[in-house]
Amino acid sequence: MEEARVGVFVCRCGTNIGGFLDVPALVEYAKGLPNVVYSKENLYTCSEAGLTEIRQAIAEQKLNRVIVASCTPRTHEPLFRNTCKEAGLNPYLFEFVNIRDQCSWVHMQETKKATEKAKDLIRMGVARARLLEPQEEIEVEVAPSALVIGGGIAGMTCALSLADRGFEVTLVEREKKLGGLLKDLYKLYPTQGDAVELIGAKIREIEKNRNIEVLTSATVKEIKGFFGNYDVTVKQGEKDFPFRAGVVVIATGAEEFKPVGMYGYEGKNVVTQLELERMLKENKFNANNVVMIQCVGARNEGRNYCSRVCCMTALNNAMIILERNPKAQVFTLYRDMQTYGFYEDLYRKAREKGIIFVKYSPERPPAVDEGVVKVFDEFLGEELRLPYNLVVLSTPMVAHPDSKELAQMLKVPVDEYGFFLEAHVKLRPLDFATDGVYLCGSAHWPSTVSESIAQAYGAASRASIPMSRRHVVAEPIVSVVDQEKCIGCGLCEMICPFKAIRVEETPKGRIARTITASCKGCGVCGASCPQRAITMRHFKDEQMLAEVVVLAEGK
Amino acid sequence: MEAKGSKPVMVIGGGIAGLQAAIDLGDMGIKVHLIESKPSIGGRMAQLDKTFPTNDCSICILSPKMAECYRHPNITLHTYSEIKEVSGKMGDFSVKVLKKARFVKEKECIGCGDCAAKCPVRVLDEFDMELRRRGAVYLYFLQALPMVMTIDRDNCLYLTRGVCRICEKVCTRQAIDFEQKDTEIDLDVGGIIVATGFDPFNPIGLSEYGYKRYRNVVTALEYERLICASGPTGGHLLRPSDRKPAEKIAFIQCVGSRDVKNNSYCSAVCCMHVTKEAILAREHDPKTQSYVFYMDMRAVGKGFQRYITRGEEEYRIKYIRGRVAKITEDLEGNPIIWYEKTIGPTTEKMKVDLAVLATSFVPRRGTEELAKILGVELDEYGFFKTEPYAPFNSTREGIFVCGCCREPVDIPDSVAQASGAAAKAAEIVTGGYS
Repeated sequence: MEEARVGVFVCRCGTNIGGFLDVPALVEYAKGLPNVVYSKENLYTCSEAGLTEIRQAIAEQKLNRVIVASCTPRTHEPLFRNTCKEAGLNPYLFEFVNIRDQCSWVHMQETKKATEKAKDLIRMGVARARLLEPQEEIEVEVAPSALVIGGGIAGMTCALSLADRGFEVTLVEREKKLGGLLKDLYKLYPTQGDAVELIGAKIREIEKNRNIEVLTSATVKEIKGFFGNYDVTVKQGEKDFPFRAGVVVIATGAEEFKPVGMYGYEGKNVVTQLELERMLKENKFNANNVVMIQCVGARNEGRNYCSRVCCMTALNNAMIILERNPKAQVFTLYRDMQTYGFYEDLYRKAREKGIIFVKYSPERPPAVDEGVVKVFDEFLGEELRLPYNLVVLSTPMVAHPDSKELAQMLKVPVDEYGFFLEAHVKLRPLDFATDGVYLCGSAHWPSTVSESIAQAYGAASRASIPMSRRHVVAEPIVSVVDQEKCIGCGLCEMICPFKAIRVEETPKGRIARTITASCKGCGVCGASCPQRAITMRHFKDEQMLAEVVVLAEGK
Repeated sequence: MEAKGSKPVMVIGGGIAGLQAAIDLGDMGIKVHLIESKPSIGGRMAQLDKTFPTNDCSICILSPKMAECYRHPNITLHTYSEIKEVSGKMGDFSVKVLKKARFVKEKECIGCGDCAAKCPVRVLDEFDMELRRRGAVYLYFLQALPMVMTIDRDNCLYLTRGVCRICEKVCTRQAIDFEQKDTEIDLDVGGIIVATGFDPFNPIGLSEYGYKRYRNVVTALEYERLICASGPTGGHLLRPSDRKPAEKIAFIQCVGSRDVKNNSYCSAVCCMHVTKEAILAREHDPKTQSYVFYMDMRAVGKGFQRYITRGEEEYRIKYIRGRVAKITEDLEGNPIIWYEKTIGPTTEKMKVDLAVLATSFVPRRGTEELAKILGVELDEYGFFKTEPYAPFNSTREGIFVCGCCREPVDIPDSVAQASGAAAKAAEIVTGGYS
């Protein structure tokens, strides 16, 4: 290979780096490193001006390796790789040095030492860059068909949107009927629309749509294969349905927390909001004195989150109660009313209609006794004794217990409360870090019906992108097995978390082979191979050791 | 990768919602015309310092999206442009777009700023919330895309009085062009997505808070610029009156929101952005003490409640449930907060270095005119009207709405909605796959 000509771009990131590290000193330092022929600072390397400088330097300085020392590869590596590609340089000859997240931000108080550390990091980056090799990206076909898991409002909406665009959809629901949580709801806020009517209309649309196959009383048994070509097996009773899906959408929803052992809950005179809705729907509601308690089992140490929808649910149901029985007295005991956005309107209406709100603090929670709820009213500074015929507990939505199993099957993460964890909290709310898997609705986080519908269309958009393109490009950072060294022991196959390496019978005997489209490049196989027969593309031993060596050598 | 035979989609607004909608459509192979009225894409998110609840630097996560949009082969950007006329129907709209003259040749200008440095005019800078002055020729912000200068015709000496032309002389690339004229172009599109975002409510009418009367009473968006590294104070939290570091800060919630005399709705994100702003203040200077005056703490999103807990425990934010009756000022320019503590209840006062008003989100200026041009209805609050169970449908077929122009929402909700609106528009223009 030709001699490496390395260009180093040091980003000030405004003051994020420039305010804490001596950037001109880093630029000067980089110039003295082996094979570095060009070094420059930018106010923001990621701005169009910075990117233009990279492109120009590649052309004018004949750079064949580019290093950007800046924020983090997590958000910016694709951009810089693309810039190299546009200038005719193989994108894998780009190397990222993280001097912001892992240096200037964490050593804000120690400018001098941090600058020295940044020098070490840049020196390591240069040592590695010199040994980088061009890589060819892997193209994978994408089947134009989707698996949507969960037949609630989110899953149904998503399936319909995809099917309307002409994609084949298999919609899997574990219960007997489609509809999810809405089957049990009564009137929806803010329109007082009938929940059953809403899902009824969706179900009819689905039945008419030739592109959707619905499997109810069914569960996903197995998902093999990889992005673009998942081999799915759905179990319905004793029967297995195998099919191929290009992408997967998780819309499994959430369920209501049952407050067993709390506030005298017994499901008759002390019920949850969902149970109240069933009573209202079945015309079994009959009470004059109703006390609702918010945040039961939520916003506490065990479950330190607000479940987003319960305040509106409570207000809506309280107003329905008043409509049914104008003589009824409804008290709502709350901590903070979470009627965000236009839902504030519900809160105002509820007060106008005469619902009484009592603020309690978590340190002095209400107590449900025989026929009376005792609560310390924070505003009055006094304990109130509220007689009741019915206590309604507003409990949070919690993740389905089996979401963990599904998460494992698809190799996607869940958060500490069991909700699925998106790729980026701010900018990729409907994607997973794993390509080809998307999510929407309350499986992601408790959401209102309207929000679930909005997210379902969003997930349909995201999932349709690879299917419209018919193919995707995968990173070539995968493992490669040296056929001569491999002894076919099968250890790699056993420990691969992605089922991406397989031992096969060949004329030369048993030899392992990587399934490149499934390989995530984690390196577990390479680290464990007793023969050292497996190397990782772009992360070869010598490339990584070069970094360690220059670090140990010092300046 | 181009969806065959499909008509393009128009996206109005180049903030995070508009960018996401355009990128999704572009990635599906659909051609997009993105219309932005300002000289650069980026929108409100570009003005924020960091984002809750992860404290990610806002421009750092936004600028790759901006670049992606700017370089996308299927997206045509029309910045500094406005919608003038819309006719036709779903699947077949004709739109007249006014491209305002920048008086700068986009192809020649590299945004070096030599002209701005020599411009003798100083006017208040809109992007930095009028906390800084700029020339009549200016770059909208540091990471602007396209990275080109714009001449502000209302303030340029040559364009208003026929004298000066210094910028023309100093530009080494002959990029200044005073002969440029506004032009009108006609675009045929199949669907339209509206993502015009919000304006912060102007609290000047709430005279009890003394905004604009007391220099150390600022809005939350002004505060974002004050604490931002690329802002007017270089990221040092210096209060406007005397550039003294602000160490004791009062944040006042629901300014103009949940207020039947102004905006009766809740602006949905202020509890969180104020918590972030208080956290950042203490990150900048561990001596800082923040007080948040609130009515209800609304933390309904993923990780939000935990963020509040963190604010209280790690950053010592004091949340005080109560309403601020008025703000006065002492002789040193320190705001005095007069408030009622609802739990107690007592009336008290507190002297602080800086008071920050969490003003509500209101529809962007010009929303009414745009609604007329588009032929769509607004809701009772002046936002674009949609239906709860068809959340992107405006009142006219083929025109969709997402982000803060339909209701105040946070960034992830805007992004999710933008993708959703893209799916709706794609349903129209692709007419089915294969």
